[in-house]
Amino acid sequence: MVDIVLIPLLKIAVVVNAVLVLVTIMPLLERKVQGWVQSRLGPMRVGPWGLLQAIVDPIKLMLKEDITPTKADKWLFTLAPIMAVVPALAVFSVIPFGGDGLFYITDINVGLLFIISVTSIGVYGIILAGWASNSKYPLLASLRAAAQLISYEIAVTMTLVSVILTAGTLSMVGIVEAQQETGLWFGFVQPVAFVLVFIGGLAETNRVPFDLPEAEQELTGGFHTEYSGMRWALFFLAEYANMIVIAAVVTTLFWGGWLPPFPSVDALAFLDLIPGWIWFLGKLGVFLYLSVWIRATFPRYRYDQLMRLGWKVLIPIAIANIVVTAVVKVWLL
Amino acid sequence: MAIEAAPMFDTDELVINMGPQHPSTHGVLRVILRLDGERVVDADVVVGYIHRGIEKLTENRDWTQIILLTDRMDYVSAATSNEGYCETVEKLMGVEVPRRARYIRTILAELQRVASHCLWLGTHAMDIGAVTVFMYALRERELVLDLFEEYCGARLTYNCMRIGGLPLDIPTGWGRKVQAFCDVMESKIPEYEELLTNNRIWLQRTRGIGVISGEAATALGLCGPPLRGSGVYRDVRKDEPYAAYDEFEFDVPLGTKGDTYDRYLVRLEEFRQSLRIIRQAVDGLPEGPVMAKVPRLIKPKAGETYHAIESPKGELGYFIVSDGRSTNPYRLRVRPPSFCNLQGLKPLIIGHLVADVVALIGTIDIVLGEVDR
Repeated sequence: MVDIVLIPLLKIAVVVNAVLVLVTIMPLLERKVQGWVQSRLGPMRVGPWGLLQAIVDPIKLMLKEDITPTKADKWLFTLAPIMAVVPALAVFSVIPFGGDGLFYITDINVGLLFIISVTSIGVYGIILAGWASNSKYPLLASLRAAAQLISYEIAVTMTLVSVILTAGTLSMVGIVEAQQETGLWFGFVQPVAFVLVFIGGLAETNRVPFDLPEAEQELTGGFHTEYSGMRWALFFLAEYANMIVIAAVVTTLFWGGWLPPFPSVDALAFLDLIPGWIWFLGKLGVFLYLSVWIRATFPRYRYDQLMRLGWKVLIPIAIANIVVTAVVKVWLL
Repeated sequence: MAIEAAPMFDTDELVINMGPQHPSTHGVLRVILRLDGERVVDADVVVGYIHRGIEKLTENRDWTQIILLTDRMDYVSAATSNEGYCETVEKLMGVEVPRRARYIRTILAELQRVASHCLWLGTHAMDIGAVTVFMYALRERELVLDLFEEYCGARLTYNCMRIGGLPLDIPTGWGRKVQAFCDVMESKIPEYEELLTNNRIWLQRTRGIGVISGEAATALGLCGPPLRGSGVYRDVRKDEPYAAYDEFEFDVPLGTKGDTYDRYLVRLEEFRQSLRIIRQAVDGLPEGPVMAKVPRLIKPKAGETYHAIESPKGELGYFIVSDGRSTNPYRLRVRPPSFCNLQGLKPLIIGHLVADVVALIGTIDIVLGEVDR
């Protein structure tokens, strides 16, 4: 009873809360980093060094009036933000934060497949939001989101196949253990796959340069134009949770999850002194930083260009990568 | 870009109203777009949301008070608006402006061009999604505003010229600060270029977008960088030199293809040319008075005149009629570059996507205060 109900529930509570805390801190960090990139300080007013901004922002959003447009489809309008948040949080159930069973909620043997399918559901939140708002800009945004989904999701999934071929397992924990056995992070074995998944991940989380469904300058906020208050905050939360998901997936698949660098080299064994979850969070931070950095640097793609990139560049590379991986795996190793 | 596909399904056209409240219409421009998917089939540009009747107001103000109204037209480039008006009245009155005043006017106008182009670069890049360039460009614009503040006390609506010259001589050491600014600006332009000029996404978003041929641009009456981006050599500073431009060396950058990227390159080069003019003007600044002898009560003889200058946006012209009896113009008509360039928006955006519409509004660089007046 304790093993199958209480402990998992406790773990879920801890993970969900940890993620939510991280999600409230992320906007502050993003604004800070973006500020540094843009030669300014970022938020400095609320609390020392602007730290309390992370607390004040959610409070402000909760206190704001929650408006439902008269012509909107009320059920879907309420459902859409929930549809966006739930998958984003659900993915964390299979992410291993550390090697010990204590550090992940569950290790299912189709972990990667679970992640692919659940993250795909997230886009329904955006499509439904655009549709239910009964407004033109959100509608355009939801069409963009649908077009974007097919363009990148296929490429990402194809790329993940080559990772699965390399690891020989779909389990997230298994993939990290495979990296331990190989003695090399898969990022060095599959660099092309890493780049593809990271680009696809940016598209998945609607980040610049692929933030077409939001595109404030074009669609005035896109799918969340009609949202306000806490429901808008849920989209915000989902976006940042998705960012963390992508960073976590990339860390786990390509950069050894909780493993220290070059786990098989004895000379570096002293790195094991640092607990695995710190390694994991450190790597997570690097990729979150990278995504903020990219946001501050690049202009935005147009949506036909994104589709061209997806179909004509990413998918052929992904397929070629699978073929090469398979050939190497079967005949050369 | 023209993709002709056989119609497979019945598609409805979506009419979408962009503006007057929209983050990327640079003020209160309203564009009614008829969309097929995201492709613009037809567009209607609506102006007039910030019409304040400035031309009519001038008929009830005396000649000096009108300078203040010209500030409010192109409010991000008030110095050139002042300059155009003052020079037109001087032409009407036949006043000879002292050489020092003409030099300082040139410095102010070119500083203003740098500031205005900074704002253009920032907003144009932000419309396409590059937020950092906006911050960088406004950082340098701030330096220009500081120089203006030191000269005349104001940061936006300067009211910094008078009929017959200037209200003030430059403060001590101001010239040195201007030189220092030129050095700073020179070192910052590569920063913008690094973020944009060779950026693949920027190239994809601007190359081949909004192409307009030189003939079409001339026929539409475009002026300034949008015209020069199409390869037409027309710069009032060279063709009909005013202020002190005939005494300085500078080049007029021209584009070749007439697309958004060329207009971007033209304006970036104009930064450098402006700095070149400013340096020459500060180095060769002559001594002497800054104000000509003009009567306290200005009352030009009956007559009419037209005079144009090259504002950052293009050819800014004033047509003034004086009846010779009253202390205010009988009629003052402005040829605003923003309004004339806005005529090019509709032909530019048809056939492009919604995302390009904001890029094209950015590339023609309009200020709605000047469009509507």
